Amino acid sequence: MPEALVTLSLRVNGDDVRVAVRPSQTLLEVLRVGLELTGTKQGCDKGDCGACTVLLDGEPVLACLTLAVTCEGRVVQTVESLTREDPLVDAFDCHGAGQCGFCTPGMLMTAKGLLAKHGRPSRETIKQAISGNLCRCTGYGPIVEAIAAAGEGRRGKKDEEPLPAPLPSWEAPKP
Amino acid sequence: MLPLPEFTVHTPASVDEAVALLAKLGPGAMLLAGGTDLLPNMKQGLHAPAHVVSLQRLGALRGVRREGDALVIGAMTTLDAVAGSAEAKTHAAALAEAAAVVGGPQHRRMGTLGGNLCLDTRCRYYNQTAFWRGALGYCLKKDGDTCHVVEGGRKCVAAASNDTAAAAIALEATVVLTGPAGIRRLPAADFFVADGARNTARREGELLTALEVPVRAGRVSVYEKLRRRGAIDFPLLSVAVRLDREDGSARALDVVISALAAKPRRLAAAQKLGAADLATLPIDTLADAALRECNPLPNIEGDVVWRKQMVRVLVKRALGRATSLA
Repeated sequence: MPEALVTLSLRVNGDDVRVAVRPSQTLLEVLRVGLELTGTKQGCDKGDCGACTVLLDGEPVLACLTLAVTCEGRVVQTVESLTREDPLVDAFDCHGAGQCGFCTPGMLMTAKGLLAKHGRPSRETIKQAISGNLCRCTGYGPIVEAIAAAGEGRRGKKDEEPLPAPLPSWEAPKP
Repeated sequence: MLPLPEFTVHTPASVDEAVALLAKLGPGAMLLAGGTDLLPNMKQGLHAPAHVVSLQRLGALRGVRREGDALVIGAMTTLDAVAGSAEAKTHAAALAEAAAVVGGPQHRRMGTLGGNLCLDTRCRYYNQTAFWRGALGYCLKKDGDTCHVVEGGRKCVAAASNDTAAAAIALEATVVLTGPAGIRRLPAADFFVADGARNTARREGELLTALEVPVRAGRVSVYEKLRRRGAIDFPLLSVAVRLDREDGSARALDVVISALAAKPRRLAAAQKLGAADLATLPIDTLADAALRECNPLPNIEGDVVWRKQMVRVLVKRALGRATSLA
């Protein structure tokens, strides 16, 4: 017998959404498959890597180990909620903290949760905070620096440089 | 992707409702607290309950509060909250320290104290996918009848991998269980039993609701953990020490060593110490005795010889820290 679907209401990135879920679906599955928010990555899918970290009621948690049905009425924030102008995204960009990019959404959301609590976290606090997020490129140095820079509201070595020009808007070629 | 098997979720709003549900659903139901242990195990096909009872809504089981001369910690208090609680850090330091080193930060925000106390035992032949276990003909703990750790072994020796267990025993804490017959209190030392297949005395239909830690003047406690990385990993060895002092001299000492087999082990040499020994506290003698008493098995990762030698190192480190705090 197929599992009975349950209607789930939750707030995702500022939007109230209602989605039909199976009781055995994780929040990660619902975000990626149900809501097509594929920014949140699936790594190990058993809580070892931190790639699926999202903010649940403001706290960084693992979406792969959260049953979707237990999120009724709760507030979820994923990497899609961060814009290009977000100081954290900008700092990751300026410090080259992205590397292959797979751990980046999880790192960003963990860092978002940290900066909401600590205005200017020390390097030690940052390392503690991201200790549940694995980066297999092992590019932890730039990630720690980027989070520290975002916390201090500065743009690292690029402080003196002008902001990159906005991307040209795309126009359909004339026939 | 590791899909979960199909099940029905129940979300009771009170302890009474949860206990009634467990009685109604029978052995086909499992309790879900933080989900950081049950869900990965379910994804590996280790459990396939027809019903999952989520304790998410039991707000009454969250929080650390002082009741007379005991600290009562609700079972649904997150490990992060236990680690950050000023009361726990003051009166149950070993427990706060243990909670602070469980898994990674995300696990501690999701995982609860009750869940960690009821953590399933772990073994390199058990915590694997169904495919992996099947290739080896399964094992004593799940679906098979041979033990791959102890040749010819008839009893499962999977390791108690909960950080808080050793601390709870060392602190002489009491586990509070609520079942159909009412409330049952068990000393933490009796809550854990030497059977890797099921290493707690929690009966079918019972719900762990709280941990009561006695508050005593002159008490210090510490926790030491061995793991490969500084985060995420389960313990390869754990040591909790409790030292009671009165008028400047030690009155009682307890050393609990875990992540060896299914039941955390109380160091016999520490219990036998007389008043004269306690006054001098022979750290090196105790560390040597611990090395002789403990024999790690190849049940969890990490070289067995290394884990055995680290028994002495960790006991020495823990005792040194406890005496410097006292």
